Amino acid sequence: MIWETVRLALRSVRRNALRSFLTLLGIVIGVAAVIAMLTIGSGTTEKVKADISQLGSNLLIVRAGRPAAPGSGPQQTIRQLGEKEVAALTAHLEGVRAVSPASQKQVRVVFGTESLTSSITGTDNAYLDARDWKLASGRPFSESEVRGGINVCLIGETVRQQFFGSGDPDGAAVRIGRVSCKVVGLLEAKGYSGFGQDQDNVVLMPLSAFQRRIAGSRDIETIYVAADDATPTQVVQTRIEDIMRDTRRVTADREDDFSVRDMTQIADAMASATATMTGMLGAVAGVSLLVGGIGIMNIMLVSVTERTREIGIRLAIGAHEKHILIQFLVEATVLSLLGGLIGIAIGLALAGAASLALSIPFAPSLAVVLLAVGFSALIGMVFGFFPALRGARLDPIEALRHE
Amino acid sequence: MSLAPLIAFDKVWKTYGHGEAEVRALAGIDLAIDEGEFVAIMGPSGSGKSTAMNIVGCLDTPTSGHYGFMGTDAGRLDRNRRAVLRNLYIGFVFQGYNLLPRTTAAENVELPLIYRGVAAHERRTLAMKALAEVGLEGREHHTPAELSGGQQQRVAIARAIVTRPTLLVADEPTGNLDTARSHEIMQLLTSLNQDAGLTIVMVTHEADIAAYAGRTIAFRDGHIASDTKKLEAA
Repeated sequence: MIWETVRLALRSVRRNALRSFLTLLGIVIGVAAVIAMLTIGSGTTEKVKADISQLGSNLLIVRAGRPAAPGSGPQQTIRQLGEKEVAALTAHLEGVRAVSPASQKQVRVVFGTESLTSSITGTDNAYLDARDWKLASGRPFSESEVRGGINVCLIGETVRQQFFGSGDPDGAAVRIGRVSCKVVGLLEAKGYSGFGQDQDNVVLMPLSAFQRRIAGSRDIETIYVAADDATPTQVVQTRIEDIMRDTRRVTADREDDFSVRDMTQIADAMASATATMTGMLGAVAGVSLLVGGIGIMNIMLVSVTERTREIGIRLAIGAHEKHILIQFLVEATVLSLLGGLIGIAIGLALAGAASLALSIPFAPSLAVVLLAVGFSALIGMVFGFFPALRGARLDPIEALRHE
Repeated sequence: MSLAPLIAFDKVWKTYGHGEAEVRALAGIDLAIDEGEFVAIMGPSGSGKSTAMNIVGCLDTPTSGHYGFMGTDAGRLDRNRRAVLRNLYIGFVFQGYNLLPRTTAAENVELPLIYRGVAAHERRTLAMKALAEVGLEGREHHTPAELSGGQQQRVAIARAIVTRPTLLVADEPTGNLDTARSHEIMQLLTSLNQDAGLTIVMVTHEADIAAYAGRTIAFRDGHIASDTKKLEAA
């Protein structure tokens, strides 16, 4: 019986193909917009999360200067970080995988006739660990190179491309500023960060060599701390703050003169901001679904009026009110479900195209698709109900007389 | 032969509208029709014959009085109960055929069976049989637009008898047909009445069509003006 009714509905939809299509359009656009929005949105969220986790998982960043508070002016004097803090954190911090100091400077790097302005980072081997960075070839710094401040370096993929093409840079000597430096290893490519920064345009060298020959100061800009997987980053953050206050003798009545940023939290915050945005856009798209539903109601009213005589015949030969009700309800549902399915296909195609264009992951969600199917069916039922009821309540005698 | 008449009107009144605009369609009709009868109802328009037909066919109910159909007080049933009654015991043939357009003859004939919940293959078998009875073998898959008026009316008759009803209600069944086609349809109805024992109540305004019936009832101003039985009809 229900299959019969669905077949009947499909036939009626086919008979008025153009009208059905135009009616569907509202639902198609609504569903397509919702699907595209949500799919692109979750792709963006994934991208943001991936970008931030590329900095290193469970990463905390310690910098000099008090945490930026809204409305606070420029800070007068900043007490820089130094060996003392690194030593204290290395010695006393528990639940961490790596602690690594780093300082950076943009310097022109020359090899042969080629040159490139690159981000020169003075650090140690723990930096690779903290930032989840592996070597593509060569070796990390040796113990003596780090301690003795020897001019050796690890270069990023962009630097290699510039100077060596796809060749092996191992053992070559590049000039950084006025210092000649021997390449001992090549870093794995990381690509662009979410902020559009080329993460592979870097040269790493031992911290002491960097301080002495490039920066000309013993200041340390940043201390990277990677928490181990068993310890929540919030716990590590508190421990870092305790050790730092202690080391830098910040008394209880004074503000921190350093900041600790938890990249995991930032990632979560950004992801949830993206999700909120997605939800809002999705809601706006949902409004067009409502409009689509009204379109269906409209056309179903027309359909019931047009087929008054048919309804009269059906009632006369023994159809119950509920038979007529179901017939038109199924027709409205088939119509909107069809629109929903087309909308899903278009929405996914749009999201696919957008993910290619914006180089974000294509993240279709089965839940969202099922929700769209269910929702479009629901729209058909809700907006089809009134017209169907009107048809079912017709007086068979009146209906048979209808021209 | 049955003890109680199939159709029993007991002081049936039917009025439309209220107050000044009240129209009296039936004014206290008493009428009994037995199973197996072939009754023609005649009368000018506005005489109440169509209203009486609608009540006989359980499409309408009296304003007052009782309408008994097969021993039940059909005039007091709600519309869905009357729908069941129509589906089980009554077949309808209309002047304008009232077939579903763009739907094949077989599908049209199957329609009442759908509301009875008959399975698809059985529906098809019964529909084919009914179409054969009305002489439409080979036309089962034609749509109404591909059939002549006489053929369309035959499809309508097949639709009416496919459920094997007790009563056939025919509202000017030959009104849209030429003389030759009209007599063919009437011969078909007569044979259904005589061979299958189908009770037929037919509205017509043509005397030669009414002559096929064994009993002719004339309506005038909401009353029965005359009720005559043919002598040879036993």
